[in-house]
Amino acid sequence: MLCKGLLENDSPGPIIFLIKLTSFSSDCEDEPILSTLKVRGHMSFTEDQITRYSRHILLPEVGGKGQKKLSQAKVFIVGAGGLGSPVAYYLAAAGIGTIGLIDSDVVDLSNLQRQILHHTPDVGRSKVVSAKEKIQAINPDVQVNIHEERMTSRNAQELLSQYDVVIDGVDNFPAKFLINDACFLENKPLVHGGILRFEGRVFTIIPNQSACYRCVFKNPPPAGVVPTCQEAGIIGVVAGLIGTIQATEAIKLILNIGTPLTNRILDFDARTTAFREIRVKRNPTCALCGPNPSLTELIDYEQEACQLQPSATTLTNG
Amino acid sequence: MQLTINGKPETLEVSTVLDVLKTKDIDPQLVAVELNTQMVDQEQLGTTSLKDGDKLEFLFFMGGGA
Repeated sequence: MLCKGLLENDSPGPIIFLIKLTSFSSDCEDEPILSTLKVRGHMSFTEDQITRYSRHILLPEVGGKGQKKLSQAKVFIVGAGGLGSPVAYYLAAAGIGTIGLIDSDVVDLSNLQRQILHHTPDVGRSKVVSAKEKIQAINPDVQVNIHEERMTSRNAQELLSQYDVVIDGVDNFPAKFLINDACFLENKPLVHGGILRFEGRVFTIIPNQSACYRCVFKNPPPAGVVPTCQEAGIIGVVAGLIGTIQATEAIKLILNIGTPLTNRILDFDARTTAFREIRVKRNPTCALCGPNPSLTELIDYEQEACQLQPSATTLTNG
Repeated sequence: MQLTINGKPETLEVSTVLDVLKTKDIDPQLVAVELNTQMVDQEQLGTTSLKDGDKLEFLFFMGGGA
C-alpha cells in the first residue's frame, strides 16, 4: 500500500521516504563487484534529494543505501560525444557523485544530430565545458571534473585511477585499445561501447574476472580499413540507445545489481531492431590479460600509425 | 557442410574458416572470428578446419562513439 500510494503521487512527502531509507539501511548485501563501493558514512540526503531520487529509493534493489552508493560513486567518461552524451545525462540524473569527462574537441554543427549534450549555441565551444553545463543543469549535486585534452599513454592510468567505473565513448580504435589496456592495468571495470551506421555494441569488462576487449579483438585494425562514423555515417539515435545501455551497466556495477554484460557482447542492429548476444570468454592467448602477457604498458597506436602513415590521423575524427 | 553463422543455419561448401570469409566476401582484417566459443587467431583462419555442425560468430570492428 505504501508503494502504491507513492507511485500515484508525484510529490511524495519526505517522511515516508525516510522510513523506507531506515528500513533498507540494515539490509545485508552480497560482496560488491566494486569493493571500493561500500557505503561510507551515514545517510545524509536533504529532503529535496530524497524527493529527487524517490523513484530509485522505492526500488528494493536500490533503496537509500543504493542511492548513497550512487552519490559516492565516481564514473569516468572518455569522450563527450555520441555515446558520452546519453551516458552523462543518465548518470547525472541518477545522482552519480562524481563524473569525469575527457575530450579535446570543440562542438561541430555535424555533432548535433546525435551528441545531445551539445546544443546549437554550443557550436565552436569546448565539448567538456558544454557538457559540464548540461550535467550541472540536470543535477547540481554532481561533481564534474573536466579534462580538455586527449587521453594518451601518458595520462590514461593516472586519470582512470581516480574513478570506480570507466565508460568508453571514443570514436577510434587506438583510443578504444588504450582505454581497455589502461582499465586492465588499473583494475577498473570498463563499459565498452561502439557504433557505426545502423549498428551498435556494448560489452562490460571486469579486469581479471571477465574477457577483455583484446581477448576478442587482438589488435586495432590497420588504419583506414574500418570506416569511421564521419566516413560511413551513423543513425544518431543508435548512439542514444547504446549509451543508455552503457549507463545502465555502470549503475548495475555500482549497485551490484543483477548480472553484468560480461563475457557477452551485445550487438544491436537498428534496421531489424534486433539484438544479438555473442558469448565470449577469457582468451588464454590474450596479450594483456592472459596468463603470459606480453603487454605490460600502454601503447599509443595512433602515434605509431601516424609515423607510418600521416593520413592515419583522420581516424581520430569519427 | 552445415554451419551456424551468427546464429543462422547455412549450408556452405568450405573446409576452413578463411573459406567462409572468402565465400562471403568478408575482409579478414575487418572481423574477429569465434568458432564454437573459441576465438580464432587471424593467422590461423586459413588452417582452422571446419566440420559439420560448427558454430561461427563474426564480430565486425565497430569503432565509432562520437
